[in-house]
Amino acid sequence: MEINKKKRLMTLIAIGLFLVIIVIFNKTFDSYKMRIFNLCGIYVILALGLNLINGFTGLFSLGHAGFMAVGAYTSALLTMSPDMKEMNFFMKPIVPFLANVEVPFYIALLMGGIMAGLAGFLIGAPVLRLRDDYLAIATLGFGEIIRIIFTNTQSLTNGALGLKGLPNTTNVWWSWGIAIVCIIFMVFLIKGSYGRAFKAIREDEIAAQAMGINLFKHKILAFTIGSFLAGIGGALLAHLLGTIDPLMFRFILTFNIVLIVVLGGIGSITGTVISAVVVTTLMEVLRVLDGSMNFGFIKIAAIPGLRMVVFSALLMIVILFYQQGLMGTNEFTWDWFIDRKKRKKVS
Amino acid sequence: MDYMSLESFFQHLANGISLGSLYALLAIGYTMVYGILRLINFAHGDIFMLGIYFGFYAVSRFFLPWWIGFIVAILLTGIIGILIERLAYRPLRDSPRISVMISAIGVSFFIENLAVVIFGGKPKSFPNIGIFSKVVKIGSVTLTSVSLYIPIVTMVLLIGLLYIVNHTKTGMAMRAVSKDYEAARLMAINVNSIITITFGIGSVMAAVGGVMWGLRYPSMIPLMGLMPGLKCFIAAVVGGIGDIKGAVIGGFILGLGEIMLVAFLPSLSGYRDAFAFVLLIVILLFKPTGIMGQNTVEKV
Repeated sequence: MEINKKKRLMTLIAIGLFLVIIVIFNKTFDSYKMRIFNLCGIYVILALGLNLINGFTGLFSLGHAGFMAVGAYTSALLTMSPDMKEMNFFMKPIVPFLANVEVPFYIALLMGGIMAGLAGFLIGAPVLRLRDDYLAIATLGFGEIIRIIFTNTQSLTNGALGLKGLPNTTNVWWSWGIAIVCIIFMVFLIKGSYGRAFKAIREDEIAAQAMGINLFKHKILAFTIGSFLAGIGGALLAHLLGTIDPLMFRFILTFNIVLIVVLGGIGSITGTVISAVVVTTLMEVLRVLDGSMNFGFIKIAAIPGLRMVVFSALLMIVILFYQQGLMGTNEFTWDWFIDRKKRKKVS
Repeated sequence: MDYMSLESFFQHLANGISLGSLYALLAIGYTMVYGILRLINFAHGDIFMLGIYFGFYAVSRFFLPWWIGFIVAILLTGIIGILIERLAYRPLRDSPRISVMISAIGVSFFIENLAVVIFGGKPKSFPNIGIFSKVVKIGSVTLTSVSLYIPIVTMVLLIGLLYIVNHTKTGMAMRAVSKDYEAARLMAINVNSIITITFGIGSVMAAVGGVMWGLRYPSMIPLMGLMPGLKCFIAAVVGGIGDIKGAVIGGFILGLGEIMLVAFLPSLSGYRDAFAFVLLIVILLFKPTGIMGQNTVEKV
């Protein structure tokens, strides 16, 4: 009991410390660095959602970008001012029931998540009967279908033109605040009976069923929560960038999130968080690879696209030589931390 | 149906058949690899893309006569297909399927991004080769000659492949490996070399499809393999994955369906790419093993 109290205190202190770090970053970083920092938080949310589906429940889903699109469009349409909407929809007027809607950001954000979760539920109900590769390809298909629908429903989403001039509401408090809530929620979810059921399904579906786990209920739950988080992430991303269009939500966006999950460890919350931050930062830092490089003595002409080559090679190397990723299925715990300290003292 | 629409129906039918043949060629590669390795070769669409680019470079940069150029392009693509298997799939032979699939996605993105760096991201145009671009009129249907050659080439390759699979020793070994991996190994079949041959054949098919695709739809970009790749996997699933004839049937269903959707419901033409995915979902829900597939029993 004593130890547990101590651990809880340490967790609270750690969160407090992190909040202080956010404040410091908020004061000292310029807008470009802030944007990267925000992106990190958003990717933490997105990757946690995908890891819940892919990592903990073992359902290989590739439709994350589609659910992000649902969240992004929902919250964008809800937060844009009527004037802004009129300016955007010059090809075809917007559907009347959305024309004059303008709600606060937090409601729009929640609605984005709920709509994405609903989409996840509706899509998940039929396709979760499929397994492995079939599920992957079906979810990929649904992700693409969502994008194609959004490209073609001009009076609802403005089609291929996309939406511009969304309020730039997302700041560190939104992105990292929600990320922290997400992490805490995931920790409790995974520790609880649901989490154990998810893991059981991942390890052996048939055995799990034999133990009395309701496969469908747990699969759809994981899928819906994952989609919900994708929707929230998508909405935050939309309000960070201020502009969205269907091309943003191609398969490559899902690929980035899969990359984060795999590098961090399929089935590790800690790994996901670390790798979300590292990968997102690297993706920006490595932009120098795309530009021309000048080492003083040698100049290399700009090679656009080299960054993505490096990233796909990185994914290949990790999956070929270090399959469990950064953390495997392990988590950071205070025990582990304390043990390490002790071990150091002894040696 | 009046005469005019019957005429345009035949025109669309001809277009659908030639597109369906191209899809079929790609679907064969998917179905063979899946039959043996139980793996969606996500990179297959990119192998197809490489086939187009190699054909382009052989003919318009190295000035080879078209038929030598195409053979070189097809062989090169086949070698790359085999290399991919060696480097990205073989080391993961005993790993969980999810790792193999991620590896496949990784290869796909690696090839695409490398292609952007090497070939450039700007669209290029496939060279115009005389005998493929003649205009042919059959009755009221107007076609370029390549649209006529495509189904013929597909059929010839299909017959050849079915002969290999059903009547040769290699083919027998392939069927054995696809039935049971371990048992095949115990029967002294060299599983690795059979897999290599499978990948080689699949990639060559994709390259032939790619070159003909280039002749028919000349504009090319490095990311062009993605959509046909996904669609042809769907074609393979629709036909019953693992079955070569099924893949061809699936390819034709997909090609004809797409063309007919655009032709008869022009208002839905924006949803053309969604057709394949809707078809996939419907098939998976009602006949999960596809048209030609056998039912499999789940073993504990």
